[in-house]
Amino acid sequence: MKLHEYQSKNIFSKYGIPIPKGRVAATAQEAKQVAEELGGRVVVKSQVLVGGRGKAGGVKLAKNAAEAEQLAEQILALEIKGLPVRKVLIDEASAIDQEIYFAITNDRAAKKPVMIASAAGGVDIEEVAAKDPDKIIKVHIDPLLGLREYQARDVAVGIDLPRDYWKDFTKIAMALWNVYKETDATLAEINPLVITKEKKLIALDGKMMIDDNALFRQPELAEMRDTDEDAPAEIEARKYGLSYIKLDGNIGCMVNGAGLAMTSMDVIKLFGGEPANFLDVGGGADSKKVAAAMRIILTDTNVKAVLFNIFGGITRCDEVARGILVAMDEVKPKVPMVVRLVGTNAEEGRKLLENANMITAETLADAAKKSVEAAKKESK
Amino acid sequence: MSILVDKNTRLLVQGVTGNEGLFHTTQMVAYGTQVVGGITPGKGGEWVLEKIPVFDSVRAAKENTDANATIIFVPARFAPDAMFEAADAGIPLIICITEGVAISDMMRVRNYLDQKNVRLIGPNCPGLLTPGEAKVGIIPGNIAIPGNVGVVSRSGTLTYEVLYAMKNLGMGASTCVGIGGDPVNGTNFVDVLDMFEHDPETEKVIMIGEIGGNEEEKAAEFIRTKMTKPVASFIAGQTAPPGKRMGHAGAIIEGGEGSAADKIKALEAAGVKVAKHPEEIPTLLS
Repeated sequence: MKLHEYQSKNIFSKYGIPIPKGRVAATAQEAKQVAEELGGRVVVKSQVLVGGRGKAGGVKLAKNAAEAEQLAEQILALEIKGLPVRKVLIDEASAIDQEIYFAITNDRAAKKPVMIASAAGGVDIEEVAAKDPDKIIKVHIDPLLGLREYQARDVAVGIDLPRDYWKDFTKIAMALWNVYKETDATLAEINPLVITKEKKLIALDGKMMIDDNALFRQPELAEMRDTDEDAPAEIEARKYGLSYIKLDGNIGCMVNGAGLAMTSMDVIKLFGGEPANFLDVGGGADSKKVAAAMRIILTDTNVKAVLFNIFGGITRCDEVARGILVAMDEVKPKVPMVVRLVGTNAEEGRKLLENANMITAETLADAAKKSVEAAKKESK
Repeated sequence: MSILVDKNTRLLVQGVTGNEGLFHTTQMVAYGTQVVGGITPGKGGEWVLEKIPVFDSVRAAKENTDANATIIFVPARFAPDAMFEAADAGIPLIICITEGVAISDMMRVRNYLDQKNVRLIGPNCPGLLTPGEAKVGIIPGNIAIPGNVGVVSRSGTLTYEVLYAMKNLGMGASTCVGIGGDPVNGTNFVDVLDMFEHDPETEKVIMIGEIGGNEEEKAAEFIRTKMTKPVASFIAGQTAPPGKRMGHAGAIIEGGEGSAADKIKALEAAGVKVAKHPEEIPTLLS
């Protein structure tokens, strides 16, 4: 789960990381008010959960409150990479001397958290990593020991931070570690961390991602979820405990198991089709879940055919087939359905579905071919 | 011979009285696995399936049964504690089936277990199957036959698919290892490939990977430099968009890393035959 900049910076601030004075606003009027309170020059920053806000015109500098209102009006009307801007953050403008990149994230290969820092901050760190890997330093953290101060100093030295700033930087690093650890973040990023003309370190921008699997113990963070970036069908799927991701093709997929679901998409593509979605319906033969999955797939009007690919293991195929029949009866889909059942009691399952006006297939390759054909026919 | 589990495995089940735990314990016992005890705190002294004693702690179970492996079926929020407990009790092989363990917990578990010299399989995995000898997990026993092909996979049903296709061709498995779909797990491809390379019964290997991380690339390097046995592979997620988590917590292309194309390229460069679809995999080895 991603957090907005203003949410991330509020958390940073609670842990003692200096941030610019500012507040979030939902209307231009409100933006003006905040700018008036702050006085002087302010930055108006769109709050959307994608990168590249600056390039898209979503971050602007205003000389005074009147201009802040005007810019907020413009920015609140924007759509950035398909996401509507619903809020702007009004921050007092800082006089910047240097921009630093500093983050703590998971290194899955090392199986440890890692601090990443670069003196080349303020830009996309992945670009720096690609072009100039020497400019990035990484220090791993033992998850059982936690971050030690000497490691933070090592980072300060690594990015050539002048000695005068080591103490403040170490404080910020320790605070960011506490943020990362206590919020179950998978990313806590300050980009840029700036040195101001007044010789202060301030987190000018912030980004956080929280581990969905840890939200059970982070109820306050769970409530901050902004579902704007999710397709409505993805939100609906989450309610039923289904894993659904919308794609651009026209062949809907319903599969049990994540690996097999990805594979089914791949095989559709291999035989000349385009998958409309990823959907893992999970184990079991619960007809309610199957019906919900069917409804969700069919909300996508691009879908011209649906492929069911079910491997019956402990769950028997005839049970799954009965679940599908109940769901078919309830949803009454109008596009062709291709079903492939394999594994335990597949034969019995197939027989049950033969009378259900479904196209049956034995192998995955065969099922993919048939669904590609069916979608083509349906598109004519 | 086989790897990790066989007819001499003496298994404990953590969460044995829960729905999942009891269901799969029944299946494992029916397959012939020696389940010697179960653990549910607060239910010590009870019995399940009439012959399996329940203990309050893994330590008590270990002392009374001489178990050499444990399988975990407890909910995600309790699974880290269950893994720590098993490691502390000195169980050398821990299999964690549970899906949804927080990555911060897994990093702590993994770093702790590494100091204890304990092998963890999973979490978020279907477990282990040595056909004809022991089923330690949830892989359906009837879809695989004994043989000389080692199977290792990050997936569940996709693995079943491959085992079933093998069986239909009369091809059997020495051991099937589900290492799980999480970004931080206990055992990776290289660990299992190394075990298969040294297992006299295993003559060929099937490796089923997916998008996310770089374990397949590391495996490719291992195969190129250390393995003498032929390996066939399949990588799921060629059509997965970047930045989206495809069901498994670890199945995500991010920061320009983890695409199927990169993995396939690395494997092919190491002489691995990579199948276009899962039903093709066994035919690449015959």
